[in-house]
Amino acid sequence: MSALTREETEALIKEVLEVYPEKAQKDRAKHLAVNDQSVEQSKKCITSNRKSLPGVMTIRGCAYAGSKGVVWGPIKDMIHISHGPVGCGQYSRAGRRNYYVGVTGVNTFGTMNFTSDFQEKDIVFGGDKKLAKIINEIEGLFPLHKGISVQSECPIGLIGDDIEAVSKKGAAELDKPVVPVRCEGFRGVSQSLGHHIANDSIRDWVFSRDGKDVKSEFVPGPYDVSIIGDYNIGGDAWSSRILLEEMGLRVVAQWSGDGTLAEIELTPKVKLNLIHCYRSMNYIARHMEEKYSIPWIEYNFFGPTKIAESLRAIAAHFDDKIKAGAEAVIAKYQPMVDAVIAKYRTRLEGKRVMLYVGGLRPRHVIGSYEDLGMEVVGTGYEFGHNDDYDRTIKEMGNATLLYDDVTGFEFEEFVKKVKPDLIGSGIKEKYIFQKMGVPFRQMHSWDYSGPYHGYDGFAIFARDMDMTINNPCWKILTPPWQKKPEAEAIAKAA
Amino acid sequence: MARLRQCAIYGKGGIGKSTTTQNLVAGLAEAGKKVMIVGCDPKADSTRLILHAKAQNSIMQMAADAGSVEDLELEDVLKVGYRDIKCVESGGPEPGVGCAGRGVITAINFLEEEGAYEEDLDFVFYDVLGDVVCGGFAMPIRENKAQEIYIVCSGEMMAMYAANNIAKGIVKYANSGGVRLAGLICNSRNTAREDELIMELARQLGTTMIHFVPRDNVVQRAEIRRMTVIEYEPTAKQAQEYRDLANKIIENKNFVIPTPITMDELEQLLMDFGVMEEEDESIVGKTAAEESVVAAA
Repeated sequence: MSALTREETEALIKEVLEVYPEKAQKDRAKHLAVNDQSVEQSKKCITSNRKSLPGVMTIRGCAYAGSKGVVWGPIKDMIHISHGPVGCGQYSRAGRRNYYVGVTGVNTFGTMNFTSDFQEKDIVFGGDKKLAKIINEIEGLFPLHKGISVQSECPIGLIGDDIEAVSKKGAAELDKPVVPVRCEGFRGVSQSLGHHIANDSIRDWVFSRDGKDVKSEFVPGPYDVSIIGDYNIGGDAWSSRILLEEMGLRVVAQWSGDGTLAEIELTPKVKLNLIHCYRSMNYIARHMEEKYSIPWIEYNFFGPTKIAESLRAIAAHFDDKIKAGAEAVIAKYQPMVDAVIAKYRTRLEGKRVMLYVGGLRPRHVIGSYEDLGMEVVGTGYEFGHNDDYDRTIKEMGNATLLYDDVTGFEFEEFVKKVKPDLIGSGIKEKYIFQKMGVPFRQMHSWDYSGPYHGYDGFAIFARDMDMTINNPCWKILTPPWQKKPEAEAIAKAA
Repeated sequence: MARLRQCAIYGKGGIGKSTTTQNLVAGLAEAGKKVMIVGCDPKADSTRLILHAKAQNSIMQMAADAGSVEDLELEDVLKVGYRDIKCVESGGPEPGVGCAGRGVITAINFLEEEGAYEEDLDFVFYDVLGDVVCGGFAMPIRENKAQEIYIVCSGEMMAMYAANNIAKGIVKYANSGGVRLAGLICNSRNTAREDELIMELARQLGTTMIHFVPRDNVVQRAEIRRMTVIEYEPTAKQAQEYRDLANKIIENKNFVIPTPITMDELEQLLMDFGVMEEEDESIVGKTAAEESVVAAA
């Protein structure tokens, strides 16, 4: 249960809102809510996917980040051109920890930055010729690449370059897909639109090729599935994939962590699409359902409780062999789960967590904290929509805090009052809260650790949370000269 | 040396901005003034009558060839023509690609950084593309640039409509900087009572018609030879007209924040002068077929 009552939480929101001007107060009030599990539709209690207020410190990204950084970037055997000035590609290069197997620069390109490096003259005279030249140079320098995506930065949309025409011509010349993506950063209110645009570009420019880039003869099987919306951060997709394979399924594609173009093109042949990050890839799953009649389900591989639930739900779509396989997997890992819980639960029991992340994690990781006896007392999405909050209300306890597109100010004030034992958010938040003396884990990059998915990931997750919360440093934050004299006297007397 | 006066010429596309600018600048040069023309149009045809050239190499084209604008020197882009008039063209892309507005911004910044305005100059004239379609084409009237705007217009409806729109743009920048409307130049199209009409429009905008430039074929004859009238035929009557315009600009002290008029006021003005017919509300949105039905009934 939450440390604050419903009335106290409501009062806290009111108090935090008070510093805003009237108009901002009215706007932000709609994005902050006290959770009530009885509410069926989140739109009745919280507003989301709206433009951030000017003047506040928002934590959101842009459409380019959503397309290049999230959806397209991890497809390892394609080259993703950051089309525009150099900064967008360079500052986002290799930052997301999407692990992959391959020889970088030869047959995989994940951590490299390809950019058209726009100069004044490219703005004034347009960048189409330069783009065409880059496409040709890529073919010459990196002949093993399987295709190219053109990730538009802001200026492309402003000067009206015809990247579609250049891409079509390039694709014909190379006989490989060249995908123009109109993910200019100024579009939409957050990275969320970038995910949608990226999904649509896969539909329009990759699926339309009908698998012509798949060299080997693919024979569909009865147990074919794809992992959709797992970006293999710290190896997440790998620790998920083994569970599916152990229960007897064949994983045809990983979208898009450690994924390839061929996998993307084969996905319309699978029997079931498994969606982990619903927010960033539900669009393509819905498209495949409509066009190829492939059903899809959401699953959650954070923490043993949710993993077991998910494995059974996935197995329910298949025959008894797979259902037995799922039970066997759950049974196989049970001793390991018991050992992890036995080791860490006593050290973490009752600890309270506040989260603020993107995509799926504000709700999906709740289960793994609960498996360790911890409670999530506040959560929110950077760029969630109402269907995300619909799915969150049931996962969160009554009277806990929900905050959408939280501002730097609100987040700090909430933490001061709620006094959580741990905060899980991003790099921009990390040092502020650590300086406030609150243990912190980065929950975008797993703080350079991971994987956190699957049973193997749970063991690492538990270890990381323990070493963060129970780190001895938090007890020595007060320097000796600021300690209370009585405490010192007692220490001397002893 | 007197204070440098920076002037920008705006007006509807095709109204004769470049021709008028170059002819009047020739008049200024003849009167002993040191002048520079900055062409702010991707077509780069603002200096050809002064240089006797087809189109001058533009800053942006040379920057693209050299790699970047930082690779250029002022003497690469600055050409000297008739009576030592200095000429530069910002240049820009072919129609339909890139961003011409950014080209104007880049070119003008380059001129400033290279000290083009620090030389011994009395006047700088910016000859700007017809419509102020984006921020780039308003660059010449931002702070520390042109202080005086001359609008070239004629007695035709769309020319006057454009003049009023440009006045609206000036108001925006007048409030934040020092830019002022300095007058209308009527480049005659021989419409009825044209001078009176433009004088009335000028009055309503809070300014004056600084000069009425009559229509004369000698302008075209000179243009074919890539010359100004003053150079081609100094004794022509039209040459004197441009000298008069130049002198009026030298003497001009009437710089105002304009008072643009509403669409209704503009239409009323046009109706008063018979340029536009009284609007018949009953025919709005009626096709020919519908009208014939009404007529038959």
